[in-house]
Amino acid sequence: MGRFILIRFMYMVITLWVIATVTFFLMHHLPGSPLANEERIPPELKEQILAQYGLDKPLPVQYLDYLGKLVQGDLGTSFKYDGRSVTEMIQQGFPASAQIGLQAMVFGVLLGVILGCISALRRGTLVDNGATVLSVLGYAIPSFTLAALFSYYVGVVWRVLPAAGWGTFAHSVLPSLALSFLVIAQITRYVRTEMLEVLGQDYMKTARAKGLERRVIIIRHALRNALIPAITIIGPLTVALMTGSLVVEKIFNIPGMGWMFVDSIITNDYTMIMGVTMFYSFLLILSIFIVDILYGVVDPRIRLTGAKE
Amino acid sequence: MAANIKNLSPDLFEPAEFDHTKEEISRKRLSYWQDVRRRFFSNTGAVIGLVLILVIGMMAIIGPGMNDYNYRQQDYNVQNISPFDRIVGDHWFGTDNLGRDLWTRTWYGAGISLLIALIAAGIDLTIGVAYGSISGYFGGRVDDWMQRIVEVLVGIPNLIVIILLLIWLEPGIFPIALAIALTGWVNMSRIVRAQMLQLKSQEYVLAARTLGAGTRRMLMKHLLPNVMGPVIITLMFTIPQAIFFEAFLGFIGLGLRPPEASLGVLINDGYKMLQVFPYQTFFPAVILSLLMFSFNLLGDGLRDALDPKLRQ
Repeated sequence: MGRFILIRFMYMVITLWVIATVTFFLMHHLPGSPLANEERIPPELKEQILAQYGLDKPLPVQYLDYLGKLVQGDLGTSFKYDGRSVTEMIQQGFPASAQIGLQAMVFGVLLGVILGCISALRRGTLVDNGATVLSVLGYAIPSFTLAALFSYYVGVVWRVLPAAGWGTFAHSVLPSLALSFLVIAQITRYVRTEMLEVLGQDYMKTARAKGLERRVIIIRHALRNALIPAITIIGPLTVALMTGSLVVEKIFNIPGMGWMFVDSIITNDYTMIMGVTMFYSFLLILSIFIVDILYGVVDPRIRLTGAKE
Repeated sequence: MAANIKNLSPDLFEPAEFDHTKEEISRKRLSYWQDVRRRFFSNTGAVIGLVLILVIGMMAIIGPGMNDYNYRQQDYNVQNISPFDRIVGDHWFGTDNLGRDLWTRTWYGAGISLLIALIAAGIDLTIGVAYGSISGYFGGRVDDWMQRIVEVLVGIPNLIVIILLLIWLEPGIFPIALAIALTGWVNMSRIVRAQMLQLKSQEYVLAARTLGAGTRRMLMKHLLPNVMGPVIITLMFTIPQAIFFEAFLGFIGLGLRPPEASLGVLINDGYKMLQVFPYQTFFPAVILSLLMFSFNLLGDGLRDALDPKLRQ
C-alpha cells in the first residue's frame, strides 16, 4: 500500500511540474507585453516596473524564482488589478465556486445512486426507461444550455428563484442544479450497470437463501459492492464540474473562480491565468490522487495491479 | 463384464442413421460485419441517433443555401426579429442583433462545429492508434517509457491544456480542433494498447510470425483490423466531446472570431440577449443538444453491436 501511494504521489508531483513548466514558458511566448501602453512609458520607469515584477532577470532565473514561489504557495501579483496577489483573489473567489460544486456533487450523487438503484431493480419498467432517458439527456445537454434555460424560465419567466447574482442560498440553487445534471447522469448510469452486475452474482442467491430481508440484501450486499467502482468516476466528475462551473458562473454572474478565470483570459491578465491554472490543476490532480488512493483502499485488486505497473 | 461383451453378437446392432440435415447450419451464415449491421439496426435508439446525425449533417450542408442570405450578411432593417412573432421574408429562425439571418448562421455554425469535431477525431485517431499500437506491440522498455509519458499526460486536466493552447494560438477551425485533440488522443492510445496486448498473445499472431510476416504486415494486416471495434466506439464518444468543447470554448470567448459562426459562438451571442430574445439561444442550443444526444445514442448502439460482450 505504501509503495502504491508513493508511486501515485510521484506521478502527481511530476504532472504538476510539467504543467507549471509548460504554463510558464507558454506565457513568456505570448504576443504582447504585460505593460498596457509600453511605448509611452519612460525607459527608467519601465525598468523599475519590470524589476518590481522580476521581469528583468534572465529567463532561467525567472523560471526558478517562479517554481520556488509556487512551492511556497505564492502565485504572484495580478497584472491587471494593481498590487493584488493572485492567491488573495483566489481565496476570494474560491468559496462561491466550492459551494456550488459541492452542492451539485452531493445532490447529484444522492439522486444518481437512488435512480440507478431503482432502475436496476425495476429493470425494463417505465421507471428504468425514464432514468435511462434522463441520463442520456444529462450527457447530451451541456451545462451552459441548462443553466441558460433555468435562468430564463425559473428566474425570468416564473420568478421563483433569482435569475442571477450571489449572496443567499437561494442564489446558489439554480447554478448547483444546472451543474448537477451531469453528475446525476453519470452516477445513474454507472450505479445501474454495477447493480445489475452484482445482482447476478452467486452471493446474492446465498443471501436470499439465508432468508435475509430484501431491504438488507439490497443495501448491505448489493449496493455496497456496486458503489465501489462508482468511486472511480468521482475524479473525472470533479474535473467536469470545474469545466462546467466556468460557464455556469458566467451565466449566473457569480463572483467565483470560474468567472475570474474567464475574465483573466479575456483581459490577458497573464499572472492571473497562470495562477488560476496552477490552482485548478492542483485541485483536480489532488482529487484524482485521493480517489485513486480511496479506490486502492476499498478494492485490494486495484492496489495489486497498480503496484505492478 | 468382459465375458458379457464377448457374448454380444453383431446383429444386436444396427448402423445409426446419418442425417446430414441435422448437422447443417440452416441459418444464413453471417460474417462479423453483417452480424454487426444486424445488431445495430435492431437497436432503435442507435438508428434514431444515426438518422438525426445524418439529417443535421445534411442540413449543415444544404441549409445555408436554402434562403437568400449568407452567414455574415447584415441588414439593419430586420434586427432581432423573432420567428414566433412575425416572419419577415424567409428568416425562419429569426435574425440576430445585427440583422443576420439565424437560419443560415445556425446551419452554417452546425457545419463548422461538426467539421471541428471531425478534424479533432481524425487527429485523435491517427496519433492515438499509432502511439497505442507501437507501445502495445513492441512492449518492453519502449512500452514502459511510452506509458510513463501517458501517465503524466492523463493527469493534466484537458480544460487547462485547451485553454492555454488557444491563448497561445490564434483561434481558428484548425487550432481549436488541434487543441481538443491534443488531450484526446491519450484515451484512444490506451484503448488501442490494451487491445494490442491482448491480441499479441493469440495463436494466429504466432502463426503469422512463424510464416515470416514482418512488423509492418503484422500491424497492418493482422492486428489493426482486429482493433477496429473498440477504436470506432471510442471515436464515437470522442466526437460529441469535441463538439461540447468547441461550444464551451465559444461560450467563454475563446472560440472562433466574429463574423464566423459555430454552435458555441451562436449560443454565446444569443445568451447576451437571453432575457429579451430567448429564441436566439434556443435554436443553436437545441441543435447542439440534439447532436450530442444522437452521437451518444449512436456510440452506445455501436458498442453493443461491435462488442456484444460489453453489453450492459
